[in-house]
Amino acid sequence: MTIDDRDARTPGEPRSMTSALGRRQTSRDLERYAGLFAARTKVMKSSAMRDLMALTERSDIISLAGGLPDTSSFPSESFAAIMGSVAVDSTARSLQYGPTEGLTVLKNCIAEVMAEEGTLVDPDDVLVTTGGQQVIDLVCKTLIDPGDIIIAEAPTYPGAVPTFCSYQAEVIQIGLDEDGMRIDELEAMLDRLDREGRRPKFIYTVPTFQNPGGTTMSLPRRRRLVEVIRRRELLVLEDNPYGLLRYEGDALPTLYALEGGDFVIYLGTFSKILSPGVRLGWSVGPRPVLEKMNIGKQASDLCSSSLTQLFVAAYFDSGRWQDYVQSLREIYRRRRDVMLDSLAECLGPESSWTHPQGGLFIWVTLPDYIDTTDLLARALDEHVAFVPGRAAFLDGRGGSSMRLNFSGVGEADIREGVRRIGEVVREQVELYGTLTGRHRAVEPRAEPAPALPDVELADVLHLPPAPERRRRPDAREG
Amino acid sequence: MTRVAVLKGGRSLERQVSLKSGARVQDALHRLGHDVVAIDVGHDLVRRLRDAAPEVAFVALHGRDGEDGTVQELLEALAIPYTGSGVSACIRCADKVIAKHHMLDAGIPTPDFFAFNETAFKELGAADALPAIEARLGFPLVVKPAGQGSALGIKFAAAAKDVPGALVATFSYGDKVLLERHVRGRDLAVSVLDGEALPVVEAVPTEEEFYDFEARYEIGRTQFVCPAELREGLTARAQELALQVWEVLGCRAFARIDLMLSTDGGELTVLEANAIPGMTDTSLLPMAADAAGIGFDALIQRIVDLAA
Repeated sequence: MTIDDRDARTPGEPRSMTSALGRRQTSRDLERYAGLFAARTKVMKSSAMRDLMALTERSDIISLAGGLPDTSSFPSESFAAIMGSVAVDSTARSLQYGPTEGLTVLKNCIAEVMAEEGTLVDPDDVLVTTGGQQVIDLVCKTLIDPGDIIIAEAPTYPGAVPTFCSYQAEVIQIGLDEDGMRIDELEAMLDRLDREGRRPKFIYTVPTFQNPGGTTMSLPRRRRLVEVIRRRELLVLEDNPYGLLRYEGDALPTLYALEGGDFVIYLGTFSKILSPGVRLGWSVGPRPVLEKMNIGKQASDLCSSSLTQLFVAAYFDSGRWQDYVQSLREIYRRRRDVMLDSLAECLGPESSWTHPQGGLFIWVTLPDYIDTTDLLARALDEHVAFVPGRAAFLDGRGGSSMRLNFSGVGEADIREGVRRIGEVVREQVELYGTLTGRHRAVEPRAEPAPALPDVELADVLHLPPAPERRRRPDAREG
Repeated sequence: MTRVAVLKGGRSLERQVSLKSGARVQDALHRLGHDVVAIDVGHDLVRRLRDAAPEVAFVALHGRDGEDGTVQELLEALAIPYTGSGVSACIRCADKVIAKHHMLDAGIPTPDFFAFNETAFKELGAADALPAIEARLGFPLVVKPAGQGSALGIKFAAAAKDVPGALVATFSYGDKVLLERHVRGRDLAVSVLDGEALPVVEAVPTEEEFYDFEARYEIGRTQFVCPAELREGLTARAQELALQVWEVLGCRAFARIDLMLSTDGGELTVLEANAIPGMTDTSLLPMAADAAGIGFDALIQRIVDLAA
């Protein structure tokens, strides 16, 4: 029995303000709002990691955490001239709403960008979106009911996680190795789902220079994936923001080009080849799906910015976009090389990392006793930041991995940032050695460790149980 | 009308929590008709304080620098009256190890523990003592940093094999950690306002097994019961313990004392004291004050009046 003990207090007991009050009260303010929240907000979580990530934006931090392209090399005179021409030539139009599917002049540019990668599309089939992120949202909006299955890679793009969660999807993550998504595991999983009478709504992949893994799906795997989805009539969402940012090796055809567009929804963006500030991405795909996405977009934001669409169209008119992408490739290739060299210098033999042929990210895996979310707290003390690997998983895995970005900071900062990360990792490796009686050698090695596969990443069919919650309820804030 | 500088943000790991606390405090001060200057604490703090020339500094900072006596020392040096506890109480509260030793000396029950800095392991072979420590504290045991709030860096070791990893993780948050006996039970908090204990708040996580960072700050993730429904005499006992801790640590104006009521035996133990408890929407001090008939604005006014 629980009784309200206030009545039982005898004179002489500590003075207490509870006596001023009548009855049990839960926090009104909170419950007033909490009671109104949709069920989906239960899976829209804030987290300690998110608060830590907010600290990575401090100006005194070398942040290898962002996914930022370098926009500093864009010539300011060109920017001013193009903006000026839009202002003069298209005043009313750029200030006006536009069609939901986007302006024709921009759709022509999009067809040009896709042709550069060997993917031919009719500009009329393009849906212009507000960044590539909106495509992920619209695909979910079109296809996902609560509880529906999405298949993603392990690790997957951290920015897709909140979108998948907000549509209450069940996400199954399939391992990656140096050739991209493991199609054998995918098929085994599809068979298992079949037996359970279930079917994924779509397969989400970043086949080229994967975020965050840095790996690229090989041509045989692409062919096999296409064969699998055609045979099983499954949709794929091909997220391809980095395809044109290749620093070595031969270009590979997109899944969309290989498949023909019956079962692939393609996502493209101007964010990495021009500017994320223009907030412009696009989608092409099966017409019935795209039509629903169009209606969904209408509900979300009516249309993307006419001003930035006209800006991009004018920029393409000036005929220099390939030169600019080429200049980005040169900058990023050097930065990637500096980061790979620094990792080889600063991380010990217990760590491994990927060797991306393009894109913006390297995925580093540390010894399994190091938790990169905790390590980030230590790294922030040393004024350096990265994305903890757990952000790329929905099932608690990735605890010993981290994503490093090499496009957003200069070469000197990359060197210094990796050096600092190496220091804090070395500290933890030594401490662990001391604690376990294993005094590990931490000699730096000359060659990078082999890249993925990582046993943990590959072991998807035997998903480990969600890690035991390791926090406990004492020690409140403040 | 008082000219009040609200100090918030800063570079501690609890920056985001502090920004939420600070924003709510600012709103209340505006409603109360004060002249409010908000300062996101950084390298220019002293200059900005001199420019603002406030009559009172409202310290809405959490964690390192803000809650450990550093900012308070600076305010002393600038002769600006500030809210909450003074330098020495902040130092005692911010370091869980120091706080627990004061409690032990005063005979206040707190879970059994051992505390070490990294040097003990690196230079003195403290790892060899781990089996003895584990035997005394039992499993599961809790590993936590001496100087962090909001449950940051708290790890839970179910067996001896988990201890090294938990220690490595916890040392990420500071150079001193404690290994503490795990108390299974109910989470209670007693806030104290100007030497008077407010109603006890119980935090009941709705989904998580533990009252962790997510459960703390996510609206709807934790059910708060205030006053907590406790067996006869327990409320008074919890409040009595909180007031003893308040006295022993030398707190001023307000503080929040966190306790556990163990499932087996129904014993109350004190985990820690918070010199600057949160003022967010999901924080417990405002909730307790509200249950005592003191609305948020009135609470903030009281705290400003108590500045010294």
